[in-house]
Amino acid sequence: MSEDTWSIGGHTFSSRLLVGTGKYRDFPTMQKALLASGAELVTVAVRRLDLSKKGAESLLEWIPKGMILLPNTAACFTADEAIRTARLGRELDMGDLVKLEVIGDKRTLFPDVEALVQAAAVLVKEGFTVLPYTSDDPVTARKLEDAGCAAVMPLGAPIGSGLGIRNPYSLRILMETVKVPVLVDAGVGTASDAAVAMELGAVAVLMNTAIAEARDPVLMAEAMRDAVGAGRKAFLAGRIPMKLHASASSPMTGLIGH
Amino acid sequence: MQVRLNGELREVPDGLTVAGLLAHLGVKAQRVAVELNETVITKGLYETQRIGQGDSVEIVAFVGGG
Repeated sequence: MSEDTWSIGGHTFSSRLLVGTGKYRDFPTMQKALLASGAELVTVAVRRLDLSKKGAESLLEWIPKGMILLPNTAACFTADEAIRTARLGRELDMGDLVKLEVIGDKRTLFPDVEALVQAAAVLVKEGFTVLPYTSDDPVTARKLEDAGCAAVMPLGAPIGSGLGIRNPYSLRILMETVKVPVLVDAGVGTASDAAVAMELGAVAVLMNTAIAEARDPVLMAEAMRDAVGAGRKAFLAGRIPMKLHASASSPMTGLIGH
Repeated sequence: MQVRLNGELREVPDGLTVAGLLAHLGVKAQRVAVELNETVITKGLYETQRIGQGDSVEIVAFVGGG
């Protein structure tokens, strides 16, 4: 197979697994997991500096060189907060990528899609390459595409839930609806979930908790790398249609004793 | 003068620039981004942009996130 890559915002990637940097028990474990995942794009959050801690260890020193940062606007509840956070992230990173989140509900962390589309339109005009975390609603995805987003990132299930891909049909319709890359973001619990997302035709999968909170994060990162690769290959290979009845794999003729 | 720094009222020397404030706080400029009254101050302006009485300053950095 010739090299199977995908591109966004002037970057080309061969890995289809994007990973987060939150919730790890320590930085060394995070670093090993990031390397094991093979990810080329990693998410980071923007937060107030703790001014009482002088010289606190910097996250960036533990992110392997060559990995590209994708700053997020996690925990922003209004378009304005998300826009300000994206601008600060760009100033920190000097890159134009942003994982845009505008959260509408504390308990489910479901997106406020109306505010999301508004924030996306503003940031696109400011030159950002916007990757919005959104619901699995195809109509919202189309609005985000129309607003100029470089990709759309529907959830498979609520953030950190590990429930897997809960609505594969909606995701399939969403993928048919937009032309921009569709990345499944959130909900993955284990390797098979990541494979399902890729088999559906996702361009890539983004996850954090499934790796960071696994008993062995480094081994899970490797499992996710393999699952994303396997799911991608299965998608390209084209699965057989599902049938209700059997279809024998061995010849039904030439049997002895007949 | 008094400024609102990361949401908390704080007394800092009068007439500081952004660079001066970061030095006063012992913060390495290359690791942070600064917002003054809800507008990002780019690094090239740290030496010239002054902070005034009552201004609101946010100093942020990257942390782990998904």
